[in-house]
Amino acid sequence: MTVTRRGFLQTASGLVVSFYVPQLVRGAPRPNEPPVAPLPPPNAFLRIAADDSVTVVLAHSEMGQGIWTGLAMLIAEELDCDWAKVRCEHAPANLALYARPSVGIQMTGGSASTRSEFDRYRTVGASAKDMLVRAAAARWNVAPRACRAANGIITHGARHLRYGEIAEAAMRLEPAKVALKPPSEWKLIGTKVRRLDTPEKITGTATFGIDVQLPGCRTAVIARPPAFGAALIDFDAAAALRVPGVENVVRTATGVAVVANQFWAAKLGRDALVVRWRAPEGEGFSTTRYAAELRALAMKPGAIATEIGKVDEALDAATTRLEALYEVPYLAHAPMEPLNCTAKIDGDRCEIWTGTQFQSVDQQAAAQILGTTPDKVTIHTTFLGGGFGRRANPQSDFVAEAVIVAKNAGVPVKVVWTREDDIRGGWYRPAYAHRVRVAVDASGRPVAWDHVVAGQSILTGTPFEKFQVKNGIDGSSVEGLADSPYLAGTQARRVSLHSPRTPVPVQWWRSVGNTHTAFAIESMVDELAHAAGKDPLAYRLALLATAPRHAAALRLAADKAGWGTPPPAGRARGLAVHGCFGSIIAEVAEVSVDGGRIRVHAVTCAVDCGVPVNPLGIEAQVQGSIVYGLTAALHGKLTIEGGKVVESNFHDYRPLRMFEMPHIAVHLIASGAAMGGLGEPATAPIAPAVANAVFALTRRRLRTLPLQLT
Amino acid sequence: MKIEVNGAMHEIAAGAEMPLLWVLRDVLGLVGTKYGCGMAQCGACTVHLDGNPVRSCITPVGSVGTRAVTTIEGLSADGSHTVQRAWTETDVVQCGYCQSGQIMTAVALLAKRPDPDDADIDAAMSGNVCRCGTYQRVREAIHLAARLQRGGK
Repeated sequence: MTVTRRGFLQTASGLVVSFYVPQLVRGAPRPNEPPVAPLPPPNAFLRIAADDSVTVVLAHSEMGQGIWTGLAMLIAEELDCDWAKVRCEHAPANLALYARPSVGIQMTGGSASTRSEFDRYRTVGASAKDMLVRAAAARWNVAPRACRAANGIITHGARHLRYGEIAEAAMRLEPAKVALKPPSEWKLIGTKVRRLDTPEKITGTATFGIDVQLPGCRTAVIARPPAFGAALIDFDAAAALRVPGVENVVRTATGVAVVANQFWAAKLGRDALVVRWRAPEGEGFSTTRYAAELRALAMKPGAIATEIGKVDEALDAATTRLEALYEVPYLAHAPMEPLNCTAKIDGDRCEIWTGTQFQSVDQQAAAQILGTTPDKVTIHTTFLGGGFGRRANPQSDFVAEAVIVAKNAGVPVKVVWTREDDIRGGWYRPAYAHRVRVAVDASGRPVAWDHVVAGQSILTGTPFEKFQVKNGIDGSSVEGLADSPYLAGTQARRVSLHSPRTPVPVQWWRSVGNTHTAFAIESMVDELAHAAGKDPLAYRLALLATAPRHAAALRLAADKAGWGTPPPAGRARGLAVHGCFGSIIAEVAEVSVDGGRIRVHAVTCAVDCGVPVNPLGIEAQVQGSIVYGLTAALHGKLTIEGGKVVESNFHDYRPLRMFEMPHIAVHLIASGAAMGGLGEPATAPIAPAVANAVFALTRRRLRTLPLQLT
Repeated sequence: MKIEVNGAMHEIAAGAEMPLLWVLRDVLGLVGTKYGCGMAQCGACTVHLDGNPVRSCITPVGSVGTRAVTTIEGLSADGSHTVQRAWTETDVVQCGYCQSGQIMTAVALLAKRPDPDDADIDAAMSGNVCRCGTYQRVREAIHLAARLQRGGK
């Protein structure tokens, strides 16, 4: 492929014409005039080729959430092209072009891809269509407004031009200010559209990071510190080097990499490697001991996140008070594709192939290791075999490691983590304890709410610290509390936070702080309802009088789940509602208990994400989020003793499986509110919904995750 | 050693203990079969030996013998196998990483039980983990594939 100064791409399919987001291009290149500055890559967001194919360039990573379809729909809606001709590709790492505007990082996360790109991608489509129409009008010497464009064809009277025929002329025009369609004219947005990445994902031809094959590329498996707080002393490579296929053994920042011709040899070499590690100080980190520390911390007030009214006075004066302690453990993300990264270094340049959620951060990290500038680091984003937050590492851990190994070994290298490496490798959802004290009035309504959270800060030391850590309060540790409508309706309220430090590295995990705040708050509200002798739905609705979206979601989910009608024999229902990432999700879980084991039969979910783009994709995300949250609610727990993680693979860090899968019904509310995200929010309410159902069935209140009756 | 994969014989230069998974991926370059756990806990590596689903991550290549190996690449050239069509219709995939294994297990199930009920699906598919949580659509797609197999809709 050669890039000409006009920004054409010569490819096998002929001339490819590129469109830019107008705001991003100051002085678009004019024909026959050399550009004064280097052009940005000519394929910023959209290419239309002579064969009419429309390629949408994604500034975000496809990790299952469906943006490979959803973001393309945004462009296609305004472009009015032939949907059958639309394809997608991941953008290269390029901060200037592809950063998410609100955070200045090229990344995927925060359930933000669709809502953060809603205007930008539609504008790209609208601008391109406008340029195509003007180009066609110019060729026919008619007014642009006399032309019509639909389904990839521009018509004027009996004449017509396909987009591919006029694309080259169109790109020579200056982008103009365009108006976006009003929602009433949407043809694609809001309709059920099947995924564009299905063909390669059902034939085994989709390329994930682990599938990257380069000539001369080796595979490395790394011995990392076996305990949090342990450190490398030295190693003896002799036994590893005797393994057929093992070619080299090199240091990494914290461990030792065995480099081989294939994975299996590298893995056997790693097993044979003799490494001396310095043990962690003292007894090493223990989750049992740490849980006790968190409970003790939660007994006293922490740094104030929010305080309104006289909480202590109200608590002291109340005749009825409820107090409860809720606890959640460390969790690994465990995406199906183990972490991996391929790095190839050539002089001061480096190419990286990986499934990442954090392109610009990884690019910077690689540049720093190599003593070069980010523009010398090319990142090829593959499909991600799941992300859930793990592939957005603030230290670029799995990327930096591969760059170091490639540098030290002097060959292109693919570093592959085993599942054990992944489960034991840290960067977990932190453990937390919540102590909640609520005073209620004679009717059972809360009049004072004191909520203490204890657990590690996720955002400190990350690029988001400057946005979301203020006065010692990590906003992600208390999200879903301070902004809860239940608290907003309580006259005296306080949320405070302890953020202890531990040797265990932590990270955002699907729905982040809401994974524990929703559990604590929706469990407590349920306790309050039962203490007041009220129906859990009616009690909540009374508290949500000023939160109409929460109330509507709750009503819809309850109605569809048959709330108020008797459940099948041996079953009970529980509910929860939670707002996060701009969306409101209500869930009703129907459970039974069999031999002490909790069985979730059905989950009825109401979703208000404001403006639904692809209901088929939304349903999938909601189902998936519930499965992810249910795995944590029923099974998820990491145990650390002596600094070492006890669990290691899917036999003892159990995922939800088919036989445990509830039937999930998803009901959408098109409220017209500002668009919310959907990659994460439905994860949060499932644990309390199930715990509340278990209480309804057994009268046993489970306040610790995972939920266990025995 | 020789093994038959997707209808073609291959001379393999690998130790007999090397798992079939890594022979497929690193020796033959058939990367559609995935590594997920290495201990037969997740099913991402599922392939067929003479039509029976096995976990290739714990199957030593030396144990394959004359049995025919079928991988996702051998199911159809273009995604037109009945199960793949049902997967498309049902919009099953999310990240897609486990789907080769899900599909290979489902194909084997439908070969043995052309009209599986939910209990059959639970029994056959519970060894295949999907962290994205596509189980409900996997179930629906298997029922659809059963109907398509019978020539219905």
